[in-house]
Amino acid sequence: MDALATREKAAQSALTAGAIVEARDLTRRFGALTAVDHISFSIAPGEVFALIGPNGAGKSTLMKMFTTLLPPTSGQAIIAGFDVAQQPQQVRSHIGYVPQVLSADGELTGYENMLLSARLYLIPAAERAGKVAAALAMMHLTDAKDRLVQTYSGGMARRLEIAQSTLHRPAVLFMDEPTVGLDPGGRRAVWEHVETLQREIGAAVVFSTHYMDEAEAVCDRLALISGGKVAAIGTPDELKARLGADASLDDVFTELTGARIASTGAVSRPPRPPQRRRRGRSWRRPATISPRCWRWPRPRSPSCATTRSSWSAGRCSRSSGCCCSAR
Amino acid sequence: MQPILWLLLFGQVMAHVRGLNAGTGSYLDFLAPGILAQSVLFVAIFYGLSAIWERDLGVLHRYMVSPAPRSALVIGKALASSVRGISQSIVIYACAALMGVALSFSLINIAGVLAFIVLASALFSTFSLIIACIVKTRERFMGVGQFLTMPIFFASNAIYPLSIMPPWLRATVRLNPLSYQVDALRCLMLSAGKSEFGLGTDIGALAFGLVVMIFIATRMYPRLTQ
Repeated sequence: MDALATREKAAQSALTAGAIVEARDLTRRFGALTAVDHISFSIAPGEVFALIGPNGAGKSTLMKMFTTLLPPTSGQAIIAGFDVAQQPQQVRSHIGYVPQVLSADGELTGYENMLLSARLYLIPAAERAGKVAAALAMMHLTDAKDRLVQTYSGGMARRLEIAQSTLHRPAVLFMDEPTVGLDPGGRRAVWEHVETLQREIGAAVVFSTHYMDEAEAVCDRLALISGGKVAAIGTPDELKARLGADASLDDVFTELTGARIASTGAVSRPPRPPQRRRRGRSWRRPATISPRCWRWPRPRSPSCATTRSSWSAGRCSRSSGCCCSAR
Repeated sequence: MQPILWLLLFGQVMAHVRGLNAGTGSYLDFLAPGILAQSVLFVAIFYGLSAIWERDLGVLHRYMVSPAPRSALVIGKALASSVRGISQSIVIYACAALMGVALSFSLINIAGVLAFIVLASALFSTFSLIIACIVKTRERFMGVGQFLTMPIFFASNAIYPLSIMPPWLRATVRLNPLSYQVDALRCLMLSAGKSEFGLGTDIGALAFGLVVMIFIATRMYPRLTQ
């Protein structure tokens, strides 16, 4: 309860005290497509912040800019007082990053993976053993530290990665869909440990997710991203209050992103093209779609099931944000 | 396997061609260091593929977000490739010894051979990393890799002596880092080996090439995760 109170206080002072993450008119274009379109918001130290939005909304691009992987086209992102474009090196030593895919080396033990990260994060040799042991203990992985990571469950591997990316006690921890592909137990364990960690080192946590229930349960505030813009930002309760007493976060999501689809004619994702098409006949891929959008298998979402007609009529273009987010 | 075939089949037949003998020793002696250099090249030139794998797995993103200097990440990759190059050379040494190539087994010479293999594999693998940063996908990388290895191999002194080349080819060979590696290996591997360019030139050329490659790769590497 105590931790919650301090977090709330931290969230309130976001705009008064120095924000730990701040985006100012942050924009990224890929050719004609504007993946992130003049986004501005700030996150307070110690706050847990969720980024939510359909695929291709610009969450991943935003995350990549915050973590110095991708330079912004225009605008600024300031993290822990450093500009991601001008001072990437300083930004990197103040952030931790957990990528979407499980990326710990399966052929090494948990302990070896931790040592590798300790070196990558330039932790002095004398402190490595102690910090690694403490981080493993916090993630409840001490017993498994000498096992190969390929024998770990998904949830354990994820916890190991979180331990790896927080060894240097970052001011902000970025996580890209941290619980995708985990069973409910694994998901719960990951969030419990993130909470412990957040309490211990006081880092702000910024994560993207598709799970509304999860975002609602875990985050202090969330931003709904749609079409490269912030469609809504606030605490889960504030967002729900907009729609009325018994609205769920799912309703908010549908309302805001659905409204966007209706107003722009854009779809979140193109439907599957016909499996067998006759060569040189009626069906042709619209020329505006870049070939790299064509990645299968692609998870289906209900939002694209009804858009087949607009797709085959060639109205879906790159600028409508239907391209895959993996870029 | 491939280098053994080169030595066994190509080497045996070509040894009987008149005019190919470079200086003293048999053609097989002449060829063995060239084949060692070639096998190191072939392994190193595809090393960039591992960077593309790491990118696809998301591992590279994790490295790129860490404060470790980009140059350290590049040099680490280069050294990893060098270790592979060394294991190649053990196989080829054994094979060449079996075929009666007049190898030198003095410790200094073997240390020198290892040093040149480390240098050359680092150079070619870093070159490969630069290609990977440009093409970004496995399919394109394989195509470009195939396209690059043959010119580097044939426009060098690996399988025929400089003396029988036309002048334009001779000039090209002098620009090819592989030639300096082959020249140094020919001097250090064989008991009666001589260097045509001078060992100092060989070291200088390869080290210069390596520094240039690392410099470019350090700037290009972050492009892989964009």
